[in-house]
Amino acid sequence: MPAYQRMLDPTLNGLHSGESPLLRTVGLTKRYGDFLANDSIDIDVWPKEIHALLGENGAGKSTLVKAIYGLIQPSAGEIRWQGEPIVLSGPSEARSRGIGMVFQHFSLFDNLTVAENVALGLDGKESFKDMSARLEQVSRTYGLPLDPRREVWQLSVGERQRIEIVRALMQDPKFLILDEPTAVLTPQEADQLFVVLERLKAEGRAILYISHKLDEVKRLCDTATILRGGKKVQTCNPRLETAASLARMMVGGEIKEVKAAAGRQTTIPRLVVNDLSLAPDEAHGVRLEHISFELKGGEILGIAGVAGNGQDELFAALSGERLSKDPGTIVIEGIAAGHLSITKRRKLGAAFVPEERLGHGTAPRMKLSENALLTGHAASGMVNRGFIDTAATLKTVDKATETFDVRKAKRDPEAASLSGGNLQKFIVGREILRNPAVLVVSQPTWGVDAGAAAVIRQALLDLATAGAAVLVTSQDLDELAEIADRIAVMFHGRLSAPLAASEATREKLGLLMGGSSLEPKEAAHAVGA
Amino acid sequence: MELVEAIILSILAASTPLLIAATGELVTERSGVLNLGVEGMMIVGAACGFGGAWLTGSIFIGALFGIIAGMLMSLIFALMALGLAVNQVATGLALTIFGIGLSGLIGAGFVGERLTPAAHLYVPGLTDIPLIGRVVFGEDAFVYFSIALIVGVWWVLYRTRAGLILRACGDNHVSAHALGYPVLRIRTLAVMFGGGCAGLAGAYLPLAYTPFFIPGMTAGRGWIALALVVFASWRPGRLVIGAYLFGAVTILQLHAQGWGVGIPSQFMSALPYLATVIVLVLLSRARTGGSTAPAALGTVFVPDR
Repeated sequence: MPAYQRMLDPTLNGLHSGESPLLRTVGLTKRYGDFLANDSIDIDVWPKEIHALLGENGAGKSTLVKAIYGLIQPSAGEIRWQGEPIVLSGPSEARSRGIGMVFQHFSLFDNLTVAENVALGLDGKESFKDMSARLEQVSRTYGLPLDPRREVWQLSVGERQRIEIVRALMQDPKFLILDEPTAVLTPQEADQLFVVLERLKAEGRAILYISHKLDEVKRLCDTATILRGGKKVQTCNPRLETAASLARMMVGGEIKEVKAAAGRQTTIPRLVVNDLSLAPDEAHGVRLEHISFELKGGEILGIAGVAGNGQDELFAALSGERLSKDPGTIVIEGIAAGHLSITKRRKLGAAFVPEERLGHGTAPRMKLSENALLTGHAASGMVNRGFIDTAATLKTVDKATETFDVRKAKRDPEAASLSGGNLQKFIVGREILRNPAVLVVSQPTWGVDAGAAAVIRQALLDLATAGAAVLVTSQDLDELAEIADRIAVMFHGRLSAPLAASEATREKLGLLMGGSSLEPKEAAHAVGA
Repeated sequence: MELVEAIILSILAASTPLLIAATGELVTERSGVLNLGVEGMMIVGAACGFGGAWLTGSIFIGALFGIIAGMLMSLIFALMALGLAVNQVATGLALTIFGIGLSGLIGAGFVGERLTPAAHLYVPGLTDIPLIGRVVFGEDAFVYFSIALIVGVWWVLYRTRAGLILRACGDNHVSAHALGYPVLRIRTLAVMFGGGCAGLAGAYLPLAYTPFFIPGMTAGRGWIALALVVFASWRPGRLVIGAYLFGAVTILQLHAQGWGVGIPSQFMSALPYLATVIVLVLLSRARTGGSTAPAALGTVFVPDR
């Protein structure tokens, strides 16, 4: 039936406003070598729908939306837009058809202004002046304030996301893809985003919402499609499911529960930071200001906060990648260590796991045994009079493999060949096997599958039970609630006073993450009451 | 009076090849590509430019030959560094070494030949004004072209969409690709523009500066042009100032020797590089947070499809 007849025939308008969905993928497949990133995926997205795409890292969510946005070409299958099969030559064609996208890793240009960034996302048919005027109008209409003349590097993460959203909205898209938009937002900022999304839905647009946060999906989305290992598992109504049933579909089994050993005793302070201030060493870095805390043996301190608020700088200062002029600012095992090198700090009993697995935590093209040596050379018996004891390095690999269930193709592969979860288990394992007195770990389960995350969290808890002091930086509040005894929040290079985990509600943490302090808010509340 | 005029004229002549070559490299680097082969592209441009002019008797065709030769050289670079994603520093250095050898081969037959150098403008009345007449109205076409070129590049970079896209590629190629811009094609064009400019700057030497060709006649000007881009912190306005400043240093160095000033000529030759180092230090100290160099400069980009 020709399209115009369909439009004229009212009987064909069923539950949804048209006969065909706004966007449908049929058997969409993307192959990289012999790896199937997407295996024959069918999804339908209708107008006025917020459709969740759920799945773990590596499930194929990003690949699917990249194909829909024209960034990659599918190997097989087709995309139908308003019932017609389309082949997208690139993102600009997708945009011209009404498909917009907000990326997880922002596609912004740090050294260009907000207006220039927005202009680059449009087709350039209007003058820069008209575009700037429309930018201000759109940002006002949707309550997403932006100063068009500022350069991006000066803006916060939340503001950067606003640029992406405004840029997408300026093309008046019928279909908007958001890739993990709340991953970098405080709970309050996320709430504001949901208001905008509800409004876009009410305007008749369709939204494809990628996430792995189940509560969020249950609250916001009308439909959810779950992907696992590149395949579609199911499409369901998330409001009729429980978080546990959604998680089972995502993971394909039950997740082992993490248990803290009862009766964990805190002992002496093993890591003390006294009034640590440090100027940034990078163009876009954060200044650390007057950071103080005390961490006892047997205790896990969690540091929450939106990324880019000084967590990386704090890690560098603690690990000795950056030195402090005043030795007393960092005390490890009772010894002033602010001026000591990484190796000397390791010899004092400290161990460090950075956020970035490849390139920071490991040298990607080197074997696991060599990577074990790189952090273990100073404080374990892998070097004998300047010569590498290869057997000892291999033994470390074997022990980490066995203890932490690292799955790999051969005994001693290159670090880069391991999956994210397995490599992370190896890195955490490598440090824990050295029996550290102090472990500083940054984003321990970032981009790791749920099974591996459970293993890593359990290992951190066990280490604390054995008497070590553990400092965990994470953006995942659920993770911190699960393992930390106390939680502090970083904002603009300052660290809040730690809250006991039992008192650290999402609301309180969210306020701290957004830069408010708790007292005035509570005072205002009291006046209001 | 006449001496001052002569010095200004020779400074302009010495600065022009620096300005043209550096303008091309500025565009290349603004797209995120570091091509260290400027010296090699210049010297091949010099040999081909002289050859073209000598064979046809036309300075214009000689200049055209120089541009085309520089572009062909830069295409080798583009093929290696962009097409095959080879390390840009290594490729650029190899291009310079290759260019020096190739120019010797091309120019072997022309050594010892002489040309009538490019004609200078003459406007009756205006050119005869003392001091400024010849400086403003009595130059050869290359000098006027070099000024038009840098003004044009400034206008394109900051006032047009094409320039915005070029700067975007130099700031973050991953983002530019995600928005659907053909990063490698844009960079190839920028590299070719840089090559054409380097070739023209090289051709200027035997066509207008000294009317004969000798092997190695660029004498490090390509390296000065590279330093100049850094000195100018990738801004066209500062590039003009830097080019004339560096040109002045090379000329004053000759005169200083004539006047018997006791500064070693080697020190004067090193001044442009020393000035660049000082500027880099000052820039890094004055940094407010934004980056001065194109953020993606010299990094390899392989798009996933």
